[in-house]
Amino acid sequence: MNSSVIVFPGSNCDRDIATALTKLQFKNNMVWHKENELPKSDLIVIPGGFSYGDYLRSGAIAAKSNILKEVIKASKSGCLVLGICNGFQILIETGLLQGALLRNKNLKFISKDIHLKIINNSNKFCKNYKKNGIISLNIAHNEGNYFTQKDHLKELEDNELIPFKYCSENGLINESSNPNGSLENIAGILNDKKNILGMMPHPERMIDNLISNEDGIELFTSILS
Amino acid sequence: MKITNNIVESHGLKLEEYSKIKQLLSREPNYLELGIFSAMWNEHCSYKSSKIHLKKLPIKNKNVIQGPGENAGVIDIGDDDAIVFKIESHNHPSYIEPYQGAATGVGGILRDVFTMGARPIALLNSIHFGDPKHKKTKNLLNGVVSGIGGYGNCIGVPTIAGETKFNSTYNENILVNAMAVGWVNKKKIFYSKAKGINKSVVYVGSKTGRDGIHGASMASAEFDENSEDKKPTVQVGDPFTEKLLMEACLELMKKDSIISIQDMGAAGLTSSSVEMAHKGDLGIELDLDKIPCREEKMTPYEMMLSESQERMLIILEDGKEDEAKNIFQKWDLDFVVIGKTTELKNLSLKFKKETVATIPIEALSSKAPLYDRKWVKTKFNKNKIKVKDLKKIKFEEAFLKILSSPNHSSKKWVTEQYDQMVMGDTIQRSGSNAGIIKIHNKDKAIAVTVDSSANYCKSHPLIGGKQIVCESWRNLISVGAKPIAITNCLNFGNPENPEIMGEFAENILGMKQACEFLDFPVVSGNVSFYNGTNKNNIYPTPVIGGVGLIKNLNKIFNHHFKKIDSNVLVIGKTFGHLEQSVFINQLYNLNEGMPPEVNLLNEKNNGEMILKLINAGLINSIHDISTGGIILALAEMSISSQIGVKINKPKKLSNLSEYFFGEDQSRYLIEVDKSNYSKIERLFKDNNIYFDNIGITQKEYFELDKELKISVKELYDINNKWYKQFNGTDC
Repeated sequence: MNSSVIVFPGSNCDRDIATALTKLQFKNNMVWHKENELPKSDLIVIPGGFSYGDYLRSGAIAAKSNILKEVIKASKSGCLVLGICNGFQILIETGLLQGALLRNKNLKFISKDIHLKIINNSNKFCKNYKKNGIISLNIAHNEGNYFTQKDHLKELEDNELIPFKYCSENGLINESSNPNGSLENIAGILNDKKNILGMMPHPERMIDNLISNEDGIELFTSILS
Repeated sequence: MKITNNIVESHGLKLEEYSKIKQLLSREPNYLELGIFSAMWNEHCSYKSSKIHLKKLPIKNKNVIQGPGENAGVIDIGDDDAIVFKIESHNHPSYIEPYQGAATGVGGILRDVFTMGARPIALLNSIHFGDPKHKKTKNLLNGVVSGIGGYGNCIGVPTIAGETKFNSTYNENILVNAMAVGWVNKKKIFYSKAKGINKSVVYVGSKTGRDGIHGASMASAEFDENSEDKKPTVQVGDPFTEKLLMEACLELMKKDSIISIQDMGAAGLTSSSVEMAHKGDLGIELDLDKIPCREEKMTPYEMMLSESQERMLIILEDGKEDEAKNIFQKWDLDFVVIGKTTELKNLSLKFKKETVATIPIEALSSKAPLYDRKWVKTKFNKNKIKVKDLKKIKFEEAFLKILSSPNHSSKKWVTEQYDQMVMGDTIQRSGSNAGIIKIHNKDKAIAVTVDSSANYCKSHPLIGGKQIVCESWRNLISVGAKPIAITNCLNFGNPENPEIMGEFAENILGMKQACEFLDFPVVSGNVSFYNGTNKNNIYPTPVIGGVGLIKNLNKIFNHHFKKIDSNVLVIGKTFGHLEQSVFINQLYNLNEGMPPEVNLLNEKNNGEMILKLINAGLINSIHDISTGGIILALAEMSISSQIGVKINKPKKLSNLSEYFFGEDQSRYLIEVDKSNYSKIERLFKDNNIYFDNIGITQKEYFELDKELKISVKELYDINNKWYKQFNGTDC
């Protein structure tokens, strides 16, 4: 399977995601933001980091780059698009995903391992995860506090467009297991066609037991299968 | 402009130093030249008070590729891999403007590392604040922590270890020391020594602004009540530009175009150009009209003294300008040829077609003042503290007070503001004995730690100097690493005061003894004097950054208990030394007495035994015994693992507090399987290692005879509450 990782000035998880994709047998290309064309891709990843230093607003400047026009085009024709952390923020800024990512409720950068419950697995990114299973991934962000309007939230819920919610070690979804104040503990969302996933946690940091755990692997194997 | 005595003094120069300048130039300097001298001759850049003492430190062993004197030290870790590292202070700016001061401290030390061709792979920091009750402390803590995080998180280098401490000695002068560690292929290391005449001198990176002018001079004087006015001397950081600069430099370094490269740190363009010329024994001519400026109408004086961040100076091979320029343009960075190397060994500056300064390079470097300052031996307070005469505090109460105190509470509130996982190679994050980073795509890792012991160093600088090197060594051993070398950041008061100079001199002597004995050389470092306000000097606070190598990724350790029903042993002899301990300092508010003595022979013997046990696969977990003694170390092992321990009262016990809170050195706690106990006992006896069998791990409860029984969950809560209460926020 062919994957492309888009690199902006200030991206800093580009190497990490490329390492994960290669380890899991994707044929990966790095694509510089000034490019006007995408290599053949089944999956496009917009990695984490601080594109353009988070100036103006996280993801706002990257959303206007040349290559994003191509990403939008590819997504319309069904190509899978995964935005992680700053990548999620960029997808929101482009309008490919709806809602907003506000500053964390404690107004501080948060970096820690959190637990996620698999709420919906009927999509190409999560099918190898068990529904209602609990996984642990790492988060590292300043603006991960997801918010959206009531009718959009209902849409997300009705159409199974929320793959992950923050939860406790035992799977409880409540305020104390919500690290950043996200509405309904939402950690990631899909578009209505379910080919675009934006998520704040970093699955690429969880592919090796020596470093952390292997809970991120199924996300990539789901895409492959 | 006529140079008056007032002008000289406002540049931080002494009148006799000014006479020396006139003598070296054989004339009076102009205002710009005076500014340049002040930038190069201040304590921060010239090391004029410390050099004589620093020379005593061992700087070589078989692993050292580059010792002090370059942008950072370099050590060999086998194959083609080398590690580049250095620690540096940013104390003065951080006190004036905590966010920017701390952020640019991180930025500066990262540049020192990638200037040498290394990709930074880890950041560490040692930050010291005043009494939590002091009105400035909360603001400074919050500002410094978010500044460190703001820079490191954005540039994408994990912050994996550090220390955060509080002591009223830092009320008016906090310490912010940042350490960066990088990996480089040892055949592709870059140095700052210029070579060749008529080579292009290139300016890359951010534009020059009016920020940070006289920053280095500011760092070379004490604070007074007007310190707040010094805000304009603090630089403003832009980690985004630094990320671009780092990527552009590393990309250019893959080609063969760079002769030498130097970052513009303290004293900016001045010190970088002088340093390159001095090392290459040649001159440099700069055309200041070409300097990319952020603001209008900047004068040569402002350009030469600005400490704007994220800038580099490169000397290029002939004909490589276009290739290099393309790379910097790709990253949207300035790239301008601003001058050339010259045969005449001068720093020569042109502006609007006129020569505005001509100074012999040696006047700014090798002929800068060097002082053998007067120093006196530290007077020791030999009053013995009689523990029996102290008011009795219940064991449990004493233990819980320390466990929940600012200095011994869990630092998660701090460390969770730092991205510890970016780059995907962090094996061990903050909160254990040392951080561990895997070398990308290789089967080896390095361990890193920063440590300090200001109380010990204050009461006995020589023992303190020894102790702190040993503590670093011990922390590396405790994660299974072979210690290789250190970097040091020496934070002291006013060197013109013979008592402070005495603290410095004796402290260096102590370090020297330990470094030599342990074959643990100093490869880089930084001296920060004048830490104090209105003559109140801080405690001497040397901070040691240690690096060790882990060759076998299956033999990595942390301090978390692994299972129930294991034996827990104390390695090393417990005498019950309580003077200068947390127990005495914190609970009785007493500062008398000596720190625990360090027996270097035992230190080495015990450490090497631990490595042997690790290699033989006989250990489950390890923790070094540090401040707070055995009981605190045991509590940390329990809290991190949620496994309890049933602690025995030792048979030859004289006093419970002495045994459990004593801070005797060279000790470790290890958890071992019962089935291995007799094998280990024999090994210890054969190798003259003293040990106590102190307890057995168990479910749920942390328990000491009739003194203490408390659930581990409760211990965790007690240990985790202080930061949240103090700051009023979760992390």
